[in-house]
Amino acid sequence: MTVRLLYFAGLRERLGMSGEELSLPSGVATVAALRTHLSGRDETWHAALSGNSALRVAVNQVMANANTAIKAGDEVAFFPPVTGG
Amino acid sequence: MPVRIQHEDFDISAEIAALRDARRDVGAVASFVGIVRDMNEGSSVAGMTLEHYPGMTERAIQAILDEAGTRWAIFDSLVIHRIGALQPQDQIVLVVVTGAHRGDAFAACEFIMDYLKTQAPFWKKERTPQGDRWVEARAADDAAAARWEKP
Repeated sequence: MTVRLLYFAGLRERLGMSGEELSLPSGVATVAALRTHLSGRDETWHAALSGNSALRVAVNQVMANANTAIKAGDEVAFFPPVTGG
Repeated sequence: MPVRIQHEDFDISAEIAALRDARRDVGAVASFVGIVRDMNEGSSVAGMTLEHYPGMTERAIQAILDEAGTRWAIFDSLVIHRIGALQPQDQIVLVVVTGAHRGDAFAACEFIMDYLKTQAPFWKKERTPQGDRWVEARAADDAAAARWEKP
């Protein structure tokens, strides 16, 4: 299945991209599994996504957690804790 | 629209007048304006850039306004949040709440601002003499939002 991924703020700069369309292997169906999948790309992705407990995730523009399910066509966003206001 | 994300500055007097003119039973208007400071975390700040998540930011703030409307007896609420390049002393954010009485208007205004700080996807990048830096989230903001959690 294909999902749309978005990266914001410091994470976007670290990864060098603001977003991508990604085809996921079968079995990657939760936020936690997606993070593990992306962490396996290389050292940069591993450092940015693995074990970074402060990292926030939203699925279809609603805050999500590690167990949130991901399905085809979803928009999944990763970003640091927010600092507006 | 009760939620506006924009590059342009805002006029608090005009915004309050618009909410007051909408009905004749308004007895209280509470408002908050956030301003860019020229200092943060021990460094002078020459300016900042505000990034947001188009779509989610508006939804998240609307959800906060909806929640405020269920918790307090208020009439209308408004949030304007600026994005893009800002300078010290620029206005960043406006919250306005109208109601019949001050108590609920004050509380709702503070709640909206506390939740916006921790829930709405915005990120600040500051220009300092040491270079550009992303602002870190503050534990004090989490604590302020936690005060409003229901038991």
